[in-house]
Amino acid sequence: MAEVRIPTILRPYTDGERAVPATGGTVAEIIDDLEANHEGIKERLLDGDDVRRFVNIYVDDEDIRFTGGLGTAVSDSATVVILPAVAGGAAEFNTAVGAR
Amino acid sequence: MLTIDEATRDAIVAHARRDHPDEACGVVAGPFGSDRPSRFIPMLNAAMSPTFYEFDSGDLLKLYREMDDNEEEPVVIYHSHTATEAHPSRTDINLASEPNAHYVLVSTRDGAEVEGAPIDFRSFRIVDGEVTEEEVRVVESYEDDVPDTTQKAED
Repeated sequence: MAEVRIPTILRPYTDGERAVPATGGTVAEIIDDLEANHEGIKERLLDGDDVRRFVNIYVDDEDIRFTGGLGTAVSDSATVVILPAVAGGAAEFNTAVGAR
Repeated sequence: MLTIDEATRDAIVAHARRDHPDEACGVVAGPFGSDRPSRFIPMLNAAMSPTFYEFDSGDLLKLYREMDDNEEEPVVIYHSHTATEAHPSRTDINLASEPNAHYVLVSTRDGAEVEGAPIDFRSFRIVDGEVTEEEVRVVESYEDDVPDTTQKAED
């Protein structure tokens, strides 16, 4: 099983756990498995069929934006890290989704 | 309330001035649960913009890994506004994802980018979309800063 590291803001979904196991051969399957055990978390990660603009997901230290997105392969011994972007600024950013 | 040492406060202000008119951003990490901003970590604004900032995603991963290894957390997350006030924008509020952090804003507008000019340095909590400004207390060093509870114990 892969290990998924959960950021502070999503730990309410994992009973405060900083890391949880998940099964799946791709990031999309890992997220579905997370959702099965931690209902509501998927909505915080995905916007429709895409990863939210201000959510970063890494498989074994590689940002999945550069490795095939949700189709990125996840091995049994992989570490998946979820980190919300640290971003902001004076501009009104209408597609900002962030925490909610 | 945010308690921060003078050197760290000055380093944040210097970073904001150096990157003006682009927004500057960074973190001050501290031991987990200490609420003490101890390790100043200026970050690259990957957006290189006067109205937006974002940590590079690779830098972000390195930063959080380092903090994890050191048993630290981001006590302060700072950035500058370069043409508007030192108050969280709607974007800042929507994207704030560290409910335990002090969000520090510096404004370099109206000539405040010049060294020695007065500059706004303010701190906020941003939790679930709610913004609360808090007092900023600047101390010479944390060693000289005796917490209230200790003083009471000595009485």
